[in-house]
Amino acid sequence: MDIEIIFRIAAIGILVAVLNTVLERAGKKELGQLATLVGVIIVLVWVIKLVKELFDTVRTMFKL
Amino acid sequence: MTTTVLQVVAFALVSAVLLVVVRQNRPELAVPLGLAAGALIFIFVAARLAEVIAVIGRVAEAGGTGISYLGVVLRVIGIAYVAEFGAQVCRDAGEGALAAKVELAGKLAVVLLAAPVVVAVLDLVLGMLG
Repeated sequence: MDIEIIFRIAAIGILVAVLNTVLERAGKKELGQLATLVGVIIVLVWVIKLVKELFDTVRTMFKL
Repeated sequence: MTTTVLQVVAFALVSAVLLVVVRQNRPELAVPLGLAAGALIFIFVAARLAEVIAVIGRVAEAGGTGISYLGVVLRVIGIAYVAEFGAQVCRDAGEGALAAKVELAGKLAVVLLAAPVVVAVLDLVLGMLG
């Protein structure tokens, strides 16, 4: 089981949170929001790939 | 088989801890994280599921039940599982209304799939009566 993708997603989450607070302290709130958006998009791309794999397995398993 | 269960439990515990940490800071990243964990667990267990389905198929063959009906049952289980999975993710994200719609779509698909079987049973009953 590829457990690393879970760690990658969690790492992105923590990274984005830290980046957000740093940028907010520096007075660049809009840049922090952009970082959040980029993080969400990156994670979404990974998760969509994973969900496609899930659907493929279900489809072959239950002969849908 | 026991190691599979242990692996799944360990994986779920690690994911749960990470989820709690991520949800505090970035709730919008917690939803994909939970989704990824759920999908990974199912993909991991899928190989065992195939064995179970093969056993059920063998039993049905021995019992003389039509294999076509077993296919319908399997398809219904698959649709129900996928619909439930999607609905639970939506509900976790706080979108209860969307989850209800997903469940409705799943139920519709199941009814549509089961309709030929129901019609066959009704035909049989009517034939016995008439």
